[in-house]
Amino acid sequence: MTVEAGYRVVIGLETHVQLNTASKMFCRTSAAYASAPPNTLVCPVCLGMPGVLPVINAAAVDFTIMTGLALHSEIPPHAKFDRKNYAYPDLMKWYQISQYDLPLCVGGWLEIAANGETRRIRITRVHLEEDTAKLTHVVGDDGQPASLIDVNRSGVPLMEIVTEPDITNAEEAMAYGLKLRNILRWLGVSTANMQDGALRIDANVSVWPIGAEVGNTKVEVKNMNSFRALGQALDYEIERQIGLLERGERLEQETRGWDESDARTVSQRTKEYAHDYRYFPEPDLPPLEITRERVQRLTKRMPELPDAVRQRLVEELGVASADADELIEDRDLAAYTLDVIERHAGPAAEVVTWVLQDVRRLLNARELKSADIPISAASMAELLALRAKGDLSSTMAGTVLEEMFATRKPLEEIVAARGRQISDSDALAEIAREVMAANPQAVADYHAGKDRAVQFLMGQVMRRTRGQANPGKVTELLRAELSRDRGA
Amino acid sequence: MIDREQVVHVAALARLALSEAEIDRMQADLQQILQAFEALNALDVSDVSPTAQVIPLATVERLDETEAPLSRDDVMRNAPRVERDQIRVPAVLPEE
Repeated sequence: MTVEAGYRVVIGLETHVQLNTASKMFCRTSAAYASAPPNTLVCPVCLGMPGVLPVINAAAVDFTIMTGLALHSEIPPHAKFDRKNYAYPDLMKWYQISQYDLPLCVGGWLEIAANGETRRIRITRVHLEEDTAKLTHVVGDDGQPASLIDVNRSGVPLMEIVTEPDITNAEEAMAYGLKLRNILRWLGVSTANMQDGALRIDANVSVWPIGAEVGNTKVEVKNMNSFRALGQALDYEIERQIGLLERGERLEQETRGWDESDARTVSQRTKEYAHDYRYFPEPDLPPLEITRERVQRLTKRMPELPDAVRQRLVEELGVASADADELIEDRDLAAYTLDVIERHAGPAAEVVTWVLQDVRRLLNARELKSADIPISAASMAELLALRAKGDLSSTMAGTVLEEMFATRKPLEEIVAARGRQISDSDALAEIAREVMAANPQAVADYHAGKDRAVQFLMGQVMRRTRGQANPGKVTELLRAELSRDRGA
Repeated sequence: MIDREQVVHVAALARLALSEAEIDRMQADLQQILQAFEALNALDVSDVSPTAQVIPLATVERLDETEAPLSRDDVMRNAPRVERDQIRVPAVLPEE
């Protein structure tokens, strides 16, 4: 969108990410709540019973540090948890264990590309907390409005990533969100699916006239459950605030929810003292000392991240940059492709095109995930080698690939049954002569200047060889035989 | 000194409906509690490092392993009202 001239827009994003640990943040109950019936993944700790003691899940701390490392954050040696107090039925204890002044990761940045330019969005902090129970607002059995609580989600590890107010429009916010999601997936710390609530992006939006004092009225926008909604909500909110200022009205500091059906943000009349959380150090949890050894161990555990892979594909392996961009959007497909590239003697670009086109078409047709390609990287490299050697034409290789997907038979078996491409010149020349003898009309057409007659003869050769003739060779030989025929 | 307004504010945060008499009583009680803590301000702590925890432990963590949860019947045992296998409470406005 185009923002009306004369206004400054700054946006900061707060992203909540559910970590995909096996157990919850402070208890051993399974965190895999998504498909569980209500209130079946609950223990005294996540139910907030009196007298229970939380114990920190080391994997959640590791995942948060790894995320910080990917975002170039500093990992301070001291961290602690704090209690954030507020009274709401989704919070079983009436406080949430979170991190206030000593988060696990401090500072950092994420580089994004939007509106044709590359920018660094500064990261303020990454901290760890626990998710809340899920509330559903319904009409109860007695016809009265009621809220229902499912405690399964309570205590699921939740990581919060906060940016500086460096974002200036909806496109940048979406670019940031998409890039962050991809990194989280490459790290394997979260499914980062927005529609399941594993990735939730809230925005703080401030608008003020250029030249006026820096605006300090922040409007928090929530409830966007897709990237499309994020973009639309920010566009709407920027327009709304500019509209108010144009009419000489005051902006109000408030929280607004995105209403998908009405395509607008709606004020959420929240509790008056929303930000009076009275944080204090969590007395049930000793502080965390993050040793340098631990940070080093986690640094070693970090996979190569999408930006680095992209750079390697383009600069070292000569892959087209649009193809590299497409490939790194899919971690599993990229990993598989890199594995094949390593085993393939030919150019990497050949492998990438093959995977993005032929392999992905079959994955889509069979509704398979990229992680479930039924062909080993070694077999795939062999198939590409057969094609490169000319033992298989491109068409034949495609057919073999399709059969491998369908039957899961080994490559050798399929190639043995189907036969290899015939590239032997003597054998092909003989077939070419036979076809010419059987089709005198086509030969006459060719001599009369109808070049298309070659296509017909070519088709006849392919038929006789059940598609196994090397098409390039056949064209070449046909033309040679035809001109010799004219000379005769 | 804690004033009446602060008592009402804290009560509102805790979702407590206090009567006028209760507000008076709470103001007096809270005042006493705060005075007790005021005594700490008299101490010289210039050579004490900032302390968030008095237990001499750090980095107590556990492995990411699961164990069986409670049965749903047990989870619901203290619920004031159960509906559709969930805890039913008076309607609250969608908030967070």
